Amino acid sequence: MTLDLAAVVAWMSLYGAQLEVHKQHLIELDSQIGDGDHGANMDRGFKKVVELDPVAFASPSDYLKKVGLTLISTVGGASGPLYGTFFLRLAQTWPGAGSDEPAAQTDETAALGVALRAGLVGVQERGKAVEGDKTMVDALAPAVAAYELAAGQGLAVALRAAADAAAAGRDATIPLVARKGRASYLGERSSGHQDPGATSLALLFETACQALGGDRA
Amino acid sequence: MKKLINDATAVVGDSLAGFELAHSDLIRVDRQLNVVYRLDAPVTGKVGLVSGGGSGHEPLHAGFVGHGMLDAACAGAVFTSPTPDQIVAATRTVDGGAGILHLVKNYTGDIMNFEMAAELAAAEADVRVEAVVIDDDVAVQDSLYTAGRRGVGLTVLAEKIAGAAAEAGADLDAVAAIARRVNANGRSMGIALTGCTPPEKGSPIFELGDDEMEVGIGIHGEPGRERRPLAPASQVAELLVEPILADLDYRGAEIIAFVNGLGATPLIELYLMYAEVERIVSAAGARIVRSLVGPYITSLEMAGCSVTLLRADDELIKLWDAPVATPGLRRGM
Repeated sequence: MTLDLAAVVAWMSLYGAQLEVHKQHLIELDSQIGDGDHGANMDRGFKKVVELDPVAFASPSDYLKKVGLTLISTVGGASGPLYGTFFLRLAQTWPGAGSDEPAAQTDETAALGVALRAGLVGVQERGKAVEGDKTMVDALAPAVAAYELAAGQGLAVALRAAADAAAAGRDATIPLVARKGRASYLGERSSGHQDPGATSLALLFETACQALGGDRA
Repeated sequence: MKKLINDATAVVGDSLAGFELAHSDLIRVDRQLNVVYRLDAPVTGKVGLVSGGGSGHEPLHAGFVGHGMLDAACAGAVFTSPTPDQIVAATRTVDGGAGILHLVKNYTGDIMNFEMAAELAAAEADVRVEAVVIDDDVAVQDSLYTAGRRGVGLTVLAEKIAGAAAEAGADLDAVAAIARRVNANGRSMGIALTGCTPPEKGSPIFELGDDEMEVGIGIHGEPGRERRPLAPASQVAELLVEPILADLDYRGAEIIAFVNGLGATPLIELYLMYAEVERIVSAAGARIVRSLVGPYITSLEMAGCSVTLLRADDELIKLWDAPVATPGLRRGM
C-alpha cells in the first residue's frame, strides 16, 4: 500500500521542515491580524512530532493519533486543538484503520477521501467555523471537496487537486473579514490580510502531494 | 526590552517557582505542568473550581487559588491558552466528588482547550464537568457569527463569587448558575496608555504616542474600539463607563465596582479613576455598594485601567463578602 506508516512519517517530516522554513512568514501574517504566535506555535509543535520515533508505532493510525495528541499538548492557542483534532480524526479513519483487512485490497484513494472529510468535520466541530470566516477552513474545505471530485483519477491527481484548491482558498482569504478567532476583534480591519491558519493548512496539502502522492513539483 | 528575567523562554516556569516559594502556606505548584493547586485540594464534597489562561495577567489566575476562590489554575505560555493535558490534570486532581466547574474566559483558544479537556476528563476519569464562559468586554461587538466578547475584568469577580458559593457547599449546578448570573449582570471596558512587551516577542505589541490612548483595549494588547488623543481622567472615565451603562440597565441597581490596573498604572491614579467612576455611576441612578481597586487582571506592564460594573443582589453581595484566603486576595481569614 502507498499510504503506509513510512509515507505518513515522511509527510510529517516534510511538513515540519517546511514549517521551519515558513515560520517567520506565518509570524508576520499573524502579527497583522492576530497575536503573532502562529508560526512559533506550529513550529514548536511539529518539532515534537518530527522527534517521534516511527519504530514505536504499529500502523499509520497509531502514529497519527500520537501526532494529534502531541500537537494538542504542545501547540496551545487555537491551532493546537484544531490541528490536533484534524490528525486524531485522520487516525480514526486512515485507510486500513480499524480493519484487519489489508488496505491494499480496498480503494486507498477513496478511503483517504473519507479520512480527509472526517478531518474537516472534526475541525469544524471544534472551531465552529464555516467557509468564509477567514480561517483554516477556507483552505481545508475546498481541498477536501477537490480531492473527492478527483479521487477517481488516482491518488496523485486527487492530492494535486486538493493542494491547488487549498492554495486558492488561502489566497481567497485576503479580502475576507474575520468572523472567528482573535482576528475577528479587528472587524473590517482584518480585510486585506491573508489568514495565517489557511496558509499553514495549504502548506500541509502541498507537502502531502510530495510525500503521499509522489509529486515532485 | 527591559525586564527582570533570566531567559525569555523560561519566564512562566521561573515565576511560578517564586510564586510557590512565596505562598507555600496557601498553594502548591506542579512544576512539570505549570498548574497551581490549593494546598488542601481536593476538598472532599466540595465543587472544584478550575480556571486558567495565558500568563501575563498576574495575579489572575494563580493568585486567586485558595480557600474561597479557585482550587486550581492552569498557566499557559504568555498570552497563550493552557493545553488540555494541564486542564485534565487539574480537573482530576481537585475532584472532591462533587464535580468540577471550569471558569473560562471567552477566547477561541481557551474555549477549545477547555472543551477538549472536559471531554477527556469525562471519558477518562468519570468526572462531571460544567463550564461557564465569561464574556464581559463591551468594547467588542457581540454577534452569533463572531468569536464574541472577550472575557476580562469580570473574571475576577466571578472567581470570587462562584468560589464562595462552592466553599459554602452549593452543588455543581448551583455554583455554575451563580457564575452565569455574574456573567449576565456584569460588563467591562478598558483603556490603554501604553502597549506591552511579551518576553519572547521582545518588542511592544503596539506603540502609542505620548499624547494617545487606545480605548476599548483587551488584555493581550489586541486593538480596541478606537485610538484617541489622551484626555483628563474625568473624560476617560466617561469613555469607559458610558458604554457599560448603555449595554445593560443599571438604573436603581446596587453595584460591585472594580477599577483594575493593567500593570503599570499606580494606585494613586486608580483611586482617582474610582472617584470619577463613582460620580458617573451615581449620576446614572445606581449605587456602588462594594468595590475593588487595584491591579488584579493585568496585561504585563501595560499602563491603563479597566472598569467592571456588576449588578449585585443580596446573595451575590453575601458571597462577595465571604472570607477568602488566596495569594492575590485575602480578607476575613
